Amino acid sequence: MTAEVALEGVTVRFGPFKAVDDVSLRIAPGEFFSFLGPSGCGKTTLLRTISGFVEPTGGTLRIGGRDMRGIGPNKRPTALIFQSLALFPLMTVMENVAYGLRVRGHSRAAQRARAEELLHVVALGDQGSKRVDQLSGGQKQRVAIARALAVEPEVLLLDEPLSALDLKLRQHMRNELRAIQRRVGITFIYITHDQGEALTMSDRIGVMRAGRLEQVGTGRALYDQPETAFVASFVGEANAMPGLVRDASDGYAVIETAFGPLQGRNPSGMKVGAQAVLFVRPERLLPYSTAVFCPQNRLQARVADLAYEGQVTHVMFSAEGGRLLAVLGPRDGEPPAPGSDVSLAFAARDAVILPPASQA
Amino acid sequence: MISVATGHRLLVAFPFVLGVLIWGWLAFERRVAKLPPRPGFFRRNGWPVGIYLMLAVALWLLGMVVLPQLFMVELSFRPKLPFNQIGGPRDVYTLENYRYFLFGSTTSTESWNAVHLRSFATTIMSALFISGFNLLLCYPIAFYMAQAATGAQLRLLMLMLIAPYWVNEILRAFAFRVIFASSGLLNTMLLGAGFIVEPIDFIGRNIALFSGLIYAYTLLMVFPLYNALDSVEAAQIEAARDLGAPWWHIHLFVIVPAAKSGIASGCTLVFMLATGALAAPLVLGGPSAMWFTPIVYDRFYQVFNWPQGAAYAFVLLVACLIVVVAGLRLLRLNLTDAAR
Repeated sequence: MTAEVALEGVTVRFGPFKAVDDVSLRIAPGEFFSFLGPSGCGKTTLLRTISGFVEPTGGTLRIGGRDMRGIGPNKRPTALIFQSLALFPLMTVMENVAYGLRVRGHSRAAQRARAEELLHVVALGDQGSKRVDQLSGGQKQRVAIARALAVEPEVLLLDEPLSALDLKLRQHMRNELRAIQRRVGITFIYITHDQGEALTMSDRIGVMRAGRLEQVGTGRALYDQPETAFVASFVGEANAMPGLVRDASDGYAVIETAFGPLQGRNPSGMKVGAQAVLFVRPERLLPYSTAVFCPQNRLQARVADLAYEGQVTHVMFSAEGGRLLAVLGPRDGEPPAPGSDVSLAFAARDAVILPPASQA
Repeated sequence: MISVATGHRLLVAFPFVLGVLIWGWLAFERRVAKLPPRPGFFRRNGWPVGIYLMLAVALWLLGMVVLPQLFMVELSFRPKLPFNQIGGPRDVYTLENYRYFLFGSTTSTESWNAVHLRSFATTIMSALFISGFNLLLCYPIAFYMAQAATGAQLRLLMLMLIAPYWVNEILRAFAFRVIFASSGLLNTMLLGAGFIVEPIDFIGRNIALFSGLIYAYTLLMVFPLYNALDSVEAAQIEAARDLGAPWWHIHLFVIVPAAKSGIASGCTLVFMLATGALAAPLVLGGPSAMWFTPIVYDRFYQVFNWPQGAAYAFVLLVACLIVVVAGLRLLRLNLTDAAR
């Protein structure tokens, strides 16, 4: 069983402070949806609203078409995986997983059978009799997932569950989570401030900022077609070049920046004379000599620093207008030597011009 | 039969034997619990501080706690003699004081000492009841303080809990008498409101005594409980709720097991102090109230039979320890848990 989660104008106020501000969204049944945003953007409050620990002060929340107003967290078809995992330290792994079933009055044998089945799902089949503190971080993680899945939720909510793990384990658990989600087929709603996690796991991502939903879309859409300056700079690396719009036509615009006049896409239809910021991804910024196309934008810069990262090399440039970052792949030729002057180029279709981020 | 002189030598040797035994027991518990070895005591504190701590604690324990207690225990096995016969040929170890407690006579074993035995049993049972009642009373308060209250509410509540204890224990007992007397505050109010037609004998029915004792030890129950409940992670409570548990299930199977050591130490404190309470039973006890401590008191200061008083006190102490250890066994805890 899986269910749709629909938010309509959901608002949560704590006194004068709006933690969640007018969020409307439909999350499809069986979707892996992530809320991505910096800490304090209201994503955890939103998750607690969906799970029932926080009542929205405005708007409606429906799960599987049912209005959730006044329904407590123990009565909702959701299960939450806490950031701290919140496993019960005095119970064994098996007892932890079976807790939800015990509450529901299942027989001991049924509890045991179901718990064992779930421990197999999360590859902990032989660890049932251990105490929770005898497990490693990744194993605890999987116990928490099994415990939540045991109650057969229609929606699984995950509150940054990977943040306590080390890098290798985190990457492993991303794949694991995705695989578990495919296997059980229920809706996953995932909260994170780590864009890598959100991009690799999710079907769709909602970027949040100061309680508001800035943009919803697939990872690719967010990365390639950001709709706001915040999304452009928060999702992935981007070179930001502020300036004034000088010319706008046919979905493109030219802005006058400290780096010179630069051309880019103008998806929000900015008018001439407006304050704007041009964003260009580091991997789209190339030394002119290696560019295989006819780029509209060129600028002069000096190589300040190189950072070799294996597959790619990060090159820091200093130019008249500020510092720029380029990422050169293996097909982009030899990286330029530090201190040398380089002519950089990028295509107008690889750059996007957006209104500057409002002060949150 | 060993002589009194040998007894005195044993008396002095005993604390050292006891010290070694306790040290060994703790080491054994550490090994059983598989706790990692810690750096040595002197390593951690340095020699000068280490020696000072050792001496200070040893002197305190030996001089103020162990030796006086042992003296009383030794005394309880000796007969009551006129001053000039102490240390004389009749001063030998005897069980006559214990015999008196059981049979009401130092020589005969024909009939039971019903009055004292009944009082003894009543005291133990009542103290158990008071501990249990106090636990039920204080658990919600402590839970509110630990998990629900904001900082300001917590400070206010703490103050409200502590402030009454600025008043002397005996004065508090008398205040309860004022409230519960047949022409007291409570009866006057109930009569005035028309709930009753004649005053209720709160003191005669021991309601005053129980109320006073329960009230006297709330703080001793609240603080260990608060301590234990405070360490329960709030997310665990939420997790249980999220998994569908009703509130009573969360308390019974998630919170209480985690707070077990706090419950044990609170109950132990209340039980020990309630059995040993003297002022409240004297002031609030009705004619039918037979708390054991006034009887012990009378052995010393009315009958002037110190050996007998010592025997009575020792019996009470041993009984309390047995009850506490049995209670801890029941909760699957050891003594060090209750001392947390």
